[in-house]
Amino acid sequence: MSTHVQLPIFEGPLDLLLHLIKKNEVSITDIPIATITEQYLATLELMETLSLDVAGEFLVMASTLIHIKSRMLLPAGAEEPDEDEGTDPREELVRRLLDYQRYKDAAGQLEQRDVLTRDVFARAATPTEEVGPTGFREVSVFELLGALKRVIDRLPKDNAHEVTLDKITVREKMTLLLEVLRQRTSVMFESLFSEVKSRMEVVVTFLAMLELVKVRAIRISQAQRFGPIEIEAAADMDEAAESAVIDDDITNGKDEQHGT
Amino acid sequence: MEREQVKSVIESLLFVADGPQTLQRFGEVLDGVDKQTLQDAVNELQSELDGQNRGVQLVEVAGGYQLRTAKANADWVKKFLGGRPARMGKATLETLAIVAYRQPITRAEIEAIRGVDVDGVIATLLERNLIRAVARKDVPGRPFLYGTTGEFLQLFNLKDLTHLPTLKEMEEISLPEIPGDVISLDQLEEK
Repeated sequence: MSTHVQLPIFEGPLDLLLHLIKKNEVSITDIPIATITEQYLATLELMETLSLDVAGEFLVMASTLIHIKSRMLLPAGAEEPDEDEGTDPREELVRRLLDYQRYKDAAGQLEQRDVLTRDVFARAATPTEEVGPTGFREVSVFELLGALKRVIDRLPKDNAHEVTLDKITVREKMTLLLEVLRQRTSVMFESLFSEVKSRMEVVVTFLAMLELVKVRAIRISQAQRFGPIEIEAAADMDEAAESAVIDDDITNGKDEQHGT
Repeated sequence: MEREQVKSVIESLLFVADGPQTLQRFGEVLDGVDKQTLQDAVNELQSELDGQNRGVQLVEVAGGYQLRTAKANADWVKKFLGGRPARMGKATLETLAIVAYRQPITRAEIEAIRGVDVDGVIATLLERNLIRAVARKDVPGRPFLYGTTGEFLQLFNLKDLTHLPTLKEMEEISLPEIPGDVISLDQLEEK
């Protein structure tokens, strides 16, 4: 048995409501709430019959519609005293529908523009020396934090009885990282932490790395999303790093206390 | 420098340039040429390419100038390049429109307008670099405020945010004002 039912894909309850309003050729500002509610519920039923996933938002809207319908049935003046006098129960819904309709229209207008790589084309970016053929891209802070979380998760869980008092400063880590990059030009993010034992050391190493990014002594890139993150020396690494160490006095003073 | 030469140089620069280029950038290269001459040269080049029905047009987009193929040739260019451009779904486009007109805006505020969850869409838009977090809102949870990027302007062939198509029925209902009217990317950058 196979049934083919043409059901427009609705972006959400508001989209479905707009569709019903249009289909019934009624005005958004004067919705025949009983009719629309009935059709709305029928559509939800149909979606369920078709085993389409009816998201929670559709059900919330269903209850809103029923609530409005019941309030419309009450004679005027029978409203609860704390309700605004003479408020149309549909007002809030109408406001939301108009608002949504407006951005739906705006989306349609955007789509009609001369869209790049659909209607018009510009020359493709020429790879420069900085951007290698693998198409490295800049890494966002979120991806960095994600990588940091992976490192922290790898640490031994039980360090409640830690007694060693390693005093690690951001400045030391910066120097260390620069030293590594002077020899290797590039290093993988996670390998920075291979020798690291404590959470504090992870944090200090991470801060040192951010500090070096800030002064543009190093560059961080990633060949593909979720791929390994690579750290490389910037062209003028030493020059930038030098200024960093001078500027670092404040940062360093603050981080001295971080030794565990 | 001769006017014709300035025009010729600018055409060359536009040809090799990766993205939209500003007059200021041309000025840096063409040392000593005043801004008006540069503007005149760009305008002249623009109308020449347009008037002669050339396959390349000079458009003002994302705060600069860029050479783009003529719209009429889209099918041939697509065939030549091969591959299929990523099509933008309804949900993505709607969300992008909301961010564009209401920026800076939080995820929750977008959800209130669309009536559905927008987590996945926001992630896609961030990944495609069409929106970015511009600040955090000073409310509990300090949620990110999103705004559109230069890539957004480039994608939809927009000179700047003030050139977004006008919203319909704006007067009919009162809504919270878009903070600071229309916000330019530069202003957002400062935040």
